[in-house]
Amino acid sequence: MSPHTDTLHTLNAKEPRRDIEISFSNVSKSWGSNQVLRGLDFEVKAGEKVSIIGPSGSGKTTILRILMTLETPDVGVVTVGGDILWDAREGVKSKETKQTQITRRKVGMVFQQFNLFPHMTVLENVVEAPIHVLGISKQEANERAVDLLELVGLKEHMKHTPPELSGGQQQRVAIARALAMRPRVMLFDEPTSALDPELIGEVLGVIRRLATTTDMTMLMVTHEMRFAQEISDRVVMFDKGVVVEQGPPEQIFKNPKEERTERFLKAVTSY
Amino acid sequence: MIIWDSEFAISIIPTLLKGLWLTLQITFIGFFISLAVGLLVAIVRYLKIPVISPIFTFWVSFVRGTPLLVQAYVAFYVLPLMGVTFDALPTGIVVIGLNYSAYTAEVYRAGIEQLPKGQWEAATALSLPRWRTWMRIVVPQAVRPIIPVLGNYLIMMFKDSAILSSITIIELLGSALSIGSGYYRYLEPITIIGLMYLAISFPCSLLIKRLERRFVPTH
Repeated sequence: MSPHTDTLHTLNAKEPRRDIEISFSNVSKSWGSNQVLRGLDFEVKAGEKVSIIGPSGSGKTTILRILMTLETPDVGVVTVGGDILWDAREGVKSKETKQTQITRRKVGMVFQQFNLFPHMTVLENVVEAPIHVLGISKQEANERAVDLLELVGLKEHMKHTPPELSGGQQQRVAIARALAMRPRVMLFDEPTSALDPELIGEVLGVIRRLATTTDMTMLMVTHEMRFAQEISDRVVMFDKGVVVEQGPPEQIFKNPKEERTERFLKAVTSY
Repeated sequence: MIIWDSEFAISIIPTLLKGLWLTLQITFIGFFISLAVGLLVAIVRYLKIPVISPIFTFWVSFVRGTPLLVQAYVAFYVLPLMGVTFDALPTGIVVIGLNYSAYTAEVYRAGIEQLPKGQWEAATALSLPRWRTWMRIVVPQAVRPIIPVLGNYLIMMFKDSAILSSITIIELLGSALSIGSGYYRYLEPITIIGLMYLAISFPCSLLIKRLERRFVPTH
């Protein structure tokens, strides 16, 4: 470890910028010749609700996947709650470390395809990680899981398995499962893209409730423009691995400054 | 001329049943070994651990590339020359168990690889420890679709265990052969054990067909 890295570590330990929950500094990521992130600098304040929009393949999902440690950045530093998640400052590709694993626990994620464990009941899905990662007692985990399932309106389904539920119900279970780890940061990766249109509303309803009643930091990749406008403090337009434009939802949706944003919004809202 | 002697046939049945019982014991213990070792081999190979995984891979091709009979001979007649001596029965069970583990490892691998990537990602997102992910998420889901294939291996092992008669184990074939050489009559013992093998393997194969319908997803 270089002296430079050491200093930054100490600096972070002394003055954790608790107002900044997520920071990307100079983060790049490529797949072969395809550069999905190009020196991204990006911050999210604690408690902020941010929506990321942009064409597919623009790298927006990669941001979430790096935060969830499902991808490794090639270059750059990523922190969550002031703690290092990824550190590849020296141009050395970052590796998952103990620190990465500890910091990761602050983050929860809801996937496009739900990714529930199909061979376990709804309740078992929700209590698995609290018991085996957080180490809380089975009884306490069960009680909390029941509360969370009630919150997402699925308490009566806790003995069912995911394949017995509709897509909307599965996604709500997935939200409860992520919440059971009490994350400070919740990531939503196109949470309604795999759903039948009539089931989208119930999932958005749950996310809306979280957005308005909790102080969790929320980062959402979505194609639901109206919903993004409604719940976000900030909307980020992303294209070709860089932030094109960002600002309050009214500004981005009603009055975009960039021609690229305007073109994208026109394409997704009219046909 | 061949003449079937019913009295003789009935008189040898108790001895043959003893042999059948030993065959079943060999099969179940051997199969248990092959399930456990095969899973270990599949996981180690999947994890791509430097040095260790290639050794396991080589071992699998070695086992698959040589006849079970030769492996049994080596274990029973050659290893003692190097100072390693075990009784015939444990040697035979371990040989057949390890032999089959090379095959079950491949079956497990198929089961593990067909698990959707999202399952691994969900486990990571929940910070589940590696061991817990394997035992609670991966293995239960990987095993379910391969249960019929493993069942077929169980039947094959039941029949292949006859090979162990060649290293002095008096299992079903071994007991028939010793009766045959003792009385100079092979017709009755060999016919009866053939029917015994069939009486067990045929219903089992029907059962596996049913399992297939239940466990293999049709999506």
